[in-house]
Amino acid sequence: MSISEANKEAVKRIQNAEPELIGIGTASKDLPDMEDKMILHAGPPVEWEDMSGPMKGAVIGALMYEGWAENEDEAEKLAESGDIIYDSCHHHNAVGPMTGIVSPSMPVWVVENKSYGNKAYCTLNEGLGKVLRFGANGPEVIEKLKWMENTLAPILSDAIELAGSISLKNITSQALHMGDEVHNRNKAGTSLFIREITPYLLETNHSNKDLSDVVEFMAGNEHFYLNLSMPASKATMDAAHGIEESTVITALARNGVEFGIRVSGLGDLWFTGPAQKIDGMYFPGYSQEDACRDIGDSTISETAAVGGFAMAAAPAIVGFVGGDVNDALEFTENMYEITLAENENYSIPYLDFRGTPTGIDVRKVVETGILPAINTGIAHKDPGVGQIGAGLVDPPKNCFEDAVRAFAKKYK
Amino acid sequence: MKKNKITSLFNEKLKVINIGLESFAENLKKEDTSVIQVEWSPPAGGDKEMASILDMLAD
Repeated sequence: MSISEANKEAVKRIQNAEPELIGIGTASKDLPDMEDKMILHAGPPVEWEDMSGPMKGAVIGALMYEGWAENEDEAEKLAESGDIIYDSCHHHNAVGPMTGIVSPSMPVWVVENKSYGNKAYCTLNEGLGKVLRFGANGPEVIEKLKWMENTLAPILSDAIELAGSISLKNITSQALHMGDEVHNRNKAGTSLFIREITPYLLETNHSNKDLSDVVEFMAGNEHFYLNLSMPASKATMDAAHGIEESTVITALARNGVEFGIRVSGLGDLWFTGPAQKIDGMYFPGYSQEDACRDIGDSTISETAAVGGFAMAAAPAIVGFVGGDVNDALEFTENMYEITLAENENYSIPYLDFRGTPTGIDVRKVVETGILPAINTGIAHKDPGVGQIGAGLVDPPKNCFEDAVRAFAKKYK
Repeated sequence: MKKNKITSLFNEKLKVINIGLESFAENLKKEDTSVIQVEWSPPAGGDKEMASILDMLAD
């Protein structure tokens, strides 16, 4: 197969993907190769000693949540003891926003790509502010995670069972027409999901109080849909991964220290460079000096033709990540220069319903020097603080060049 | 004949397409000349090693 044919196949699989929510599982039972005493994290592999502040904070929180440590000191000792196995979410068909920490007891969305049969997983979104994914780990954080495990997840699981499955491709395509770009703006996606799930929630036998808490929790968190769109993107891109000779990028991910990419024709290799500082809008009292470097698996969105690549669909997002409406348009327009196709399912009303830029070709990134457009949340650099803003960030150029070199070495 | 065409060109109102370096276009704009700027840069920003690898990987 030539590069051109391989890329056509990769794009076909992206276009034909049918990611559907089929249930809620548990990380220990559902994630492939998940082991006891294993903690998954966002981005390319990183060990405890090299982790960023918020990732360390989230690991400490997860160890307390699992009951493996009574307090922060005990958790820190355990974290550095060598008894915990750390691994990348991506190695277990999973993705996680920001620190992306997944521990065995956590409930996970199960998304199946109905066209190709592969599954992807993600934890449920906790909301904004002091939450584990931004490195916060106080008692209120752990308490919320327990409520999510014991109340939220079982109730939603029952509702999904009644629904059979929910098409995430449909929700994402509608949300793009309602002003979301489905990465940092998920107001429409969250609303659409609530509209979809609520009739089934009402059919379950749970108490009115619990149902009310569940709906209130979802409605109070504009990013609730992010943790569904991310595994939908992951399930889409995993189907396009592993095609010999394909130069399509199938993952962009950051761990707070390194930014990493994977390329379809290059197997499970990561190509990494230093994670960058984020040019963004900071919450009152915070500045770039307080910020952790770029972190999270949510850039799976951009590989799957949404997020920064669909900014032109979401002019209102500039109030959250910075820039102006023309910047949002320009971001999307530039991305057509480094992609292979226009999306057949996701389109942008303002661009006369042009399909979003689809299938990043690593060769085009290097040839044009145009880097994938990424918008992202910003975590505080210290553990336990949480989110301090949102903004725009460039990936490091060298990881794309290294991937092209490796590709030439393998195939030519 | 060719020379005449060039001479006549400079006696007409110019319409310019500038490819690459934007400062050329800016200078013309200051002289009230109509310019369309085409963004262009050499492949891989002029990096010879990367450009030759990209040639090898061309479709």
